[in-house]
Amino acid sequence: MNSIAKYFSDIFKGISSLWAGMRITGKYFFSPGAIVTQQYPENRATLKMEERFKGEIVMPHDANNLHACTGCGICEMNCPNGSIEILTDRVANAEGKMERVIDKHIYHLSMCTFCGLCVKTCPSDALAFGQEFEHAVFDRSKLTKVLNQPGSKIRKEAK
Amino acid sequence: MSSNIFDFATLTGSIHTWLSGMMSSGWVIFTEMVLVGLVFLLMYALVGLFLVYLERKVCAIMQNRVGPNRVGKWGLLQTIADLIKLLMKELIPIRKSDPLLFNLAPFIVIICSFLAMAALPYAKGLQAIDFNIGVFYVMAVSSLSVVGILLAGWSSNSKYSLIGAMRSGAQIVSYELSVGLSLLAIVVFSGSMQLSTIIESQANGWWIFKGHIPAFISFIIFLVASTAEINRGPFDLAEAESELTAGFHTEYSGIKFAFFFLAEYMNMFIVAALGATVFLGGWMPFHIGNWEGFNQIMDYIPSVVWFFGKTFFLILIIMWFKWTFPRLRIDQLLTLEWKYLLPISLFNIVLIAFIVLMGWHF
Amino acid sequence: MSEEIIKDVIVGEQEDYIINMGPQHPSTHGVLRLEVCLKGETVKYLIPHVGYIHRGIEKMCEANTYQQIIHLTDRMDYLSAHMNNEAVCMVVENAMQVKVPERVKYIRTILNELNRLASHQLWWCAFGMDLGALTSFFYGLRDREMILDIFEESFGSRLLHSFNTPGGLMHDVHPNFQNRIKEFIKYFRKKLPEYDQLLTGNVIFQNRAIGIGLMSKETAIGYGVTGPSGRGSGFSCDVRKIAPYGAYDKVQFNEILATEGDVFARYKVRMAEMWESMNILEQLVDNIPEGDFTAKMKPIIKLPAGEYFQRVETARGELAVYVVSDGNKSPYRMKFRTPNFSNLFVMNEISAGCKIADLIAISGSLDLVIPDIDR
Ligand code: SF4
Ligand code: SF4
Repeated sequence: MNSIAKYFSDIFKGISSLWAGMRITGKYFFSPGAIVTQQYPENRATLKMEERFKGEIVMPHDANNLHACTGCGICEMNCPNGSIEILTDRVANAEGKMERVIDKHIYHLSMCTFCGLCVKTCPSDALAFGQEFEHAVFDRSKLTKVLNQPGSKIRKEAK
Repeated sequence: MSSNIFDFATLTGSIHTWLSGMMSSGWVIFTEMVLVGLVFLLMYALVGLFLVYLERKVCAIMQNRVGPNRVGKWGLLQTIADLIKLLMKELIPIRKSDPLLFNLAPFIVIICSFLAMAALPYAKGLQAIDFNIGVFYVMAVSSLSVVGILLAGWSSNSKYSLIGAMRSGAQIVSYELSVGLSLLAIVVFSGSMQLSTIIESQANGWWIFKGHIPAFISFIIFLVASTAEINRGPFDLAEAESELTAGFHTEYSGIKFAFFFLAEYMNMFIVAALGATVFLGGWMPFHIGNWEGFNQIMDYIPSVVWFFGKTFFLILIIMWFKWTFPRLRIDQLLTLEWKYLLPISLFNIVLIAFIVLMGWHF
Repeated sequence: MSEEIIKDVIVGEQEDYIINMGPQHPSTHGVLRLEVCLKGETVKYLIPHVGYIHRGIEKMCEANTYQQIIHLTDRMDYLSAHMNNEAVCMVVENAMQVKVPERVKYIRTILNELNRLASHQLWWCAFGMDLGALTSFFYGLRDREMILDIFEESFGSRLLHSFNTPGGLMHDVHPNFQNRIKEFIKYFRKKLPEYDQLLTGNVIFQNRAIGIGLMSKETAIGYGVTGPSGRGSGFSCDVRKIAPYGAYDKVQFNEILATEGDVFARYKVRMAEMWESMNILEQLVDNIPEGDFTAKMKPIIKLPAGEYFQRVETARGELAVYVVSDGNKSPYRMKFRTPNFSNLFVMNEISAGCKIADLIAISGSLDLVIPDIDR
């Protein structure tokens, strides 16, 4: 007798546990408001990444096309995977002394792991993270970028 | 009663007379067969594609997603796009497979589901063949597809496929019993195996209401067992993508895969239609006893709408199962059948026979 | 044990039905290959093959400075990236005898628990999916998204944050940090019971999980199975309790133990750990002390020559870091004892005689992350 009672109580327990699960999915089926998917390409205009989002490394330039990079090469040294190459030049400054300036700050986005060491270690805070994230290109070479804009100069701090 | 339901027999009858006026009777039959075949082909494709779309939308909403929404309005054309993609895909020949059986299997599966469609009554008077053993025919034909599945698993010469096919064999053979017994319940109630008679017998109420609790129990058993018979979750052990990658159709590609895929959805349609016909009155509108006024109002809704409404209701329930439950293990699957469903339905049949003998049903 | 030895021990027969699960298989969660020998549907034995994504992280560490090593450890167990980072940071800090500000310790502990929550959520999704409950996958991911958003706001990345640095943190957390965590806890306390209704109580699920993959406490200790998988067998191995680090000595929490040792026990332990993590978070989140986000460190870190060791509790078990330094700016040898490696190899022991479907449940319940095995 006991086993028969157990047989039926098993059935009812089973069915009620199944029903509990069906209630959850059913609840969401009838509440489409719970949909969390973002409509990505459509919401591009309103989509705003977090300000700290690590999308790529950029070198901020101000309105006069000036940046802060001295070409010291510390970022290149600190990058764990060689994503940064610094090419420097020597030019004469106002006093006629030869001075090291950045020629090309080459950044390989394809190799960067966004560890943030270059941004953190740059002594003159010349680098920052950009929020751009749509990096898909057809050619790998397009992922190699020169961060200092053409014609830009180093910002001279007032001594 | 229910005289003002539009009878499609008048429409088909007028087509028949019109054709008979033009050609000899042999040609009339031939033309009609071609016509019916074309209509079914079209319907098969449309319903199948729509079901795929529906499933993706339903599961998406249950999972707090949007589902297909790129191709066409609300993604309605998504499955058509998928079909075109599948048509264009390469058919990969499998080395060391049995080419004849390998190519035959998808056709067996799809033909079986196609055959079953012929006997379903879609509306009043709209039925290709009204067999006097309709219930038996649909069951027999739809369970034939296991042959195709077994062949697919065997001939692809892949270990995963073979396991999937063997599981499927064990599963369908055992669940066939419960499906049959639960349908038998209604056959006992209505005293006929002819689908049109079964429907007519529900003119004053559907069997699920008229047949007391036993009819309801057989309805539940039918739902569970037929879900298992068509290899759908939570009984999709033959495909079990987390265990067997894709089970019996692992090695298929392109349109042959699409055949399996479409047949799976059409099988779902067929069992839902059969369940709707047998338990929920098919195209018969919702009637209560002899409340003439109420019944009249219900009759204004066309019988096609009733049929498809009920069918899709059952399909939604089957989908609800799939997207809620985890998959069973093969031995648990067989335990469920042999220890629970089968004894219960056997007992149920006896109970129903008793009820019918005593004339306790309405 | 090498492959040949295993093969010798288990005498393979001619008609053994051997299937390869992986390296591309939907439920090995990565490129793990299990060579499974079947008899019908029953598993006779299995041989795990590892190394498909071996990247030589330990060797790479020997060429990198200690700051640079951090970002490599992210990529071992990517779901407990923060714990991995912290392990290396702590090794360096202890070796240099740097006193880390209290604030850093608190934030690190909070991040540990957040990361554990996110990892367990993902495990829950994947486990449900392994057993065929596809909807659980999306519910888990939906809730995990909130944690990832917190991460993104504070560290700029969602999965591999490289937020720790020897001596402290890369920068301070976002001002919103605390509020968002509190919001999340409020939200998730409502959602977690739904998980139970959908899966835990489900009769099919219980049948699939109870009594499957039995692992005795001796086996767990013998194979070094740690983390929730070990604790499901009653092996008390929570490093947070045994050797508290960070701010774990300042919070009240229980070590979750279950004694059954089956799939369901491991499942229960993880579910309970989610509740426990939320408790820990609640105790910490309002009490983060003010202060610096990093200790003063020299730009070039040179560990004094010697050997250093540190272990932490990741979401999957005990991660131990062992460093041999010869006084240079990069380690002479770095060894990671990753939890998944041991957890994987217990599979043969506990899955013999089960069905293929159980095998999936077992590997799901061990919560394997393959890059952590291969490093
Ligand atoms: S970006 Fe900064 S670290 Fe790199 S070269 Fe320029 S100044 Fe030096
Ligand atoms: S973020 Fe890291 S990997 Fe990327 S360029 Fe900077 S230092 Fe190199």
